[in-house]
Amino acid sequence: MIAVELAKLFRRPRMYVIVGLLCLLPFIVAIFLATTRIPPPPGQGGAFLSAVLANGALYPAAAMALVLPVFLPVAVAVLAGDSIAGEATTGTLRYLLIRPVGRTRLLVAKLISMIAFVLFAIAMVVVTSYLTGVLMLGTGAANTGGVVLLPPDVTSLSGDVISPAEFGLRILGTIGYITLSMLGVAAIALFLSTLADSALGAAMGALAVLVTSQVLVTLDAAEGVKPYLPTRYWLAWIDFFREPIFWRDIERGAALQLVYVAVLLGAAWANFKTRDVTS
Amino acid sequence: MITTVDLTKRYGRTLAVDEVNLDVREGDRYGLLGPNGSGKTTLVRMLLALVYATRGSIEVLGQPVPRRAHEVLPLIGAMVESPAAYPHLSGRTNLALFDAAGPGGRRGSRRRRIEQALDRVGLAGIDRRPVKAYSLGMRQRLGLAAALLREPRLLILDEPTNGLDPRGIREIRDLMTELNAAGTTVFLSSHLLAEVEQLCTRVGVMDRGRLVLQDELATLRGPTGRVVLSTSDPERAHAVLDGRVESREGDRLVVRHDDPAELNARLVAEDIRVTSLGREHRSLEDVVLEATTTSSDRVDEQRPPAGAAERSPRSSGRIQGAP
Repeated sequence: MIAVELAKLFRRPRMYVIVGLLCLLPFIVAIFLATTRIPPPPGQGGAFLSAVLANGALYPAAAMALVLPVFLPVAVAVLAGDSIAGEATTGTLRYLLIRPVGRTRLLVAKLISMIAFVLFAIAMVVVTSYLTGVLMLGTGAANTGGVVLLPPDVTSLSGDVISPAEFGLRILGTIGYITLSMLGVAAIALFLSTLADSALGAAMGALAVLVTSQVLVTLDAAEGVKPYLPTRYWLAWIDFFREPIFWRDIERGAALQLVYVAVLLGAAWANFKTRDVTS
Repeated sequence: MITTVDLTKRYGRTLAVDEVNLDVREGDRYGLLGPNGSGKTTLVRMLLALVYATRGSIEVLGQPVPRRAHEVLPLIGAMVESPAAYPHLSGRTNLALFDAAGPGGRRGSRRRRIEQALDRVGLAGIDRRPVKAYSLGMRQRLGLAAALLREPRLLILDEPTNGLDPRGIREIRDLMTELNAAGTTVFLSSHLLAEVEQLCTRVGVMDRGRLVLQDELATLRGPTGRVVLSTSDPERAHAVLDGRVESREGDRLVVRHDDPAELNARLVAEDIRVTSLGREHRSLEDVVLEATTTSSDRVDEQRPPAGAAERSPRSSGRIQGAP
């Protein structure tokens, strides 16, 4: 069933359109940066954006900071919201269930295909943005001598250097952390997808949760609930690029996402397992 | 093959299926008739563990459903309401994905089984076009092919000839008969009397969620004890058979008589020429109309007390279902 879900995901043209759009955003930003060479003022704009002007090899990290807050969660919410409700709309859900595919199995397969999508999308963004960065912005002087200079707008002490291998490891850590964060989004949308009749409704619901959470994170009056908001630690992966790595928020964020995933999947399972399929 | 006991499904305040005792035997071609909204589809969904019963029990192929559904479902081919497929993929790819999704579809024989099923439903020549380019009839055939993919022991089909032209309907009917002769039990639901009358050996009739009738088609369509005859001399025939003639319409007489042969001999002895003569049978339509109350998609003004009183005594001593 998992293989079937993956086949369905990767045979669907719209998936490539979504990934293409995700890759396009950093590319467009790179064009502007490369032609004007105007860095955003320190403390404003996306993370890493001024650093990439010095070293294009850092561009994957900047690209991640560009797609993470809005674009990637929207894509995940749309696809995960479609997962059960979409099958119900086309009528294929009933045929899968009488095939028979166990309801639990189907949910797990859907979630795994979402992980596959997120990994694929991030990998594509990393690869295309690395190429974009190196080709359009150049590797700069910072990379000479085979070391990567961590950008001063991120590191507390400017001028820390790490080896390219270390940098690669940290990128992998980032990919893992972002995947986990997106899994939280997928779990919200998947749960709503077992509730709602329409894929659009499920996606909208998940986005409503995320937008509310994003607004509350910036609101001082909501201090009490902040640590429990799903988007609170989304940008904690930037801490992977500090020297030394600042683990506290990363650990809290990962634990929070795991709790969200466990609770929402449990709810999705309980609802889907006992539901009458009348679509 | 399929036995349900007091099967009931309630959606909120509406009773979709009401104490149904279905009895489908091995080798049957069973037709479940009923107007739209009489609960046929809900019943079929319960048999396939898509919808859970409020009360009552189901046994399919000797196993309780939904508890052992995972053991029973691989042996069943089914089509529930309209067929469904992923519109951007070809028919063959759809069948392959569908087969790979669940147990009991061996990978080695998949290609052969897909070709065989497509050939059976008359789609052997389909190309790589996506399903979204298919006509309604082609989708219906593809749905049937999916149901036939693993040579099921039991076929459960909801409105199988929907969207097919007369020739297509005939082909599917022949296919059902052929499969049934090879040992597959066929259970189909339909609101088309003619379809059931031509294909099925046993008939159940649903009305407002209740199974109001269940019997062999041959029994239901038994002789009425009347003979219909045509003659070139109706006046004299009427005179000879006086007292037994129930109605006369041109040169066609309906006569109360048990033995057509004897009646014929008598008329010929009187030198009355008979052009045609035969037993009158009840039509399935008469039987169904007698058993059902009103079309469920008809919305009349509500007159609650009278209507409720009429329906409340369980009017059918006709239910001849399983114990």
